[in-house]
Amino acid sequence: MIGAASALLLLTHGRIAGISGIAGRLVQPPERDRAWWFAFLGGLVLAGVVSAAIAPAAIGTPARSPLMVVVAGLLVGFGTRLGSGCTSGHGVCGLSRWSARSLVAVATFMTTGMITAMIVGRVS
Amino acid sequence: MRAANPGTRRRTASIALAGIAGALFGVGLVVSGMTRPTRVIGFLDPLGLWDPALAFVMAGAALVYAVAFRTIRRHREQPWFDAQFHVPARRDIDSRLVIGAAIFGVGWGLGGLCPGPGIVAGAAGSTSAIAFVVAMLVGMYAHRRIAARPRSPSQS
Repeated sequence: MIGAASALLLLTHGRIAGISGIAGRLVQPPERDRAWWFAFLGGLVLAGVVSAAIAPAAIGTPARSPLMVVVAGLLVGFGTRLGSGCTSGHGVCGLSRWSARSLVAVATFMTTGMITAMIVGRVS
Repeated sequence: MRAANPGTRRRTASIALAGIAGALFGVGLVVSGMTRPTRVIGFLDPLGLWDPALAFVMAGAALVYAVAFRTIRRHREQPWFDAQFHVPARRDIDSRLVIGAAIFGVGWGLGGLCPGPGIVAGAAGSTSAIAFVVAMLVGMYAHRRIAARPRSPSQS
């Protein structure tokens, strides 16, 4: 489903379904080509709203304290912009295109993600 | 370029399909368990109760996209609603890429959310995910102010 959705965005709009890049536009000066962007983001939000209505358990519960979640958000925001992508852009779209940059990025964030999860899992 | 009437219909179709892509993407994240921080952390922490299922989610999505990407690029000069494909062309591996990915990984392992699932879970009403997304946007804004210097001016 994620792969098909990303492919649909490529076929219709020629865009990479990289969520960090798409979310990042929210804090950038508006670009000219806004309609697809706004619609895609709206689709994501709609998916969340509908899921909450029909299958609230599927959304899950927080795994960490609010402070840790906020710190995590700051790191994810800064890191994805500096590294030009996240799980979707580098992970799904980048690896499929055999992008060497994405391969390096995925190997890096999987490694630091696992190390962090292991450490936090032991101390908390 | 095009007559006004078919133009507006085309524009409606263009927006609708982007919305469908977003909704499908979001539902895919929910169905696969990516919006559940406990599951993501369970996947990232092999020392705990390791749950490797999410690796198959990502591999599956990448496989579907790999086939689709090749097919689309082979058969089409341009996407349906744009004059060109906007596919990254960079090949250089620089310190920003590695450091950025490393920082992102730490945040992912810490909170169990990455950007897409954060937005979807936030829209579903999870206050934790909303806090995550707000912090993420602050982080993105901070990057724009601090680290975005040598970007091409056309990026705007």
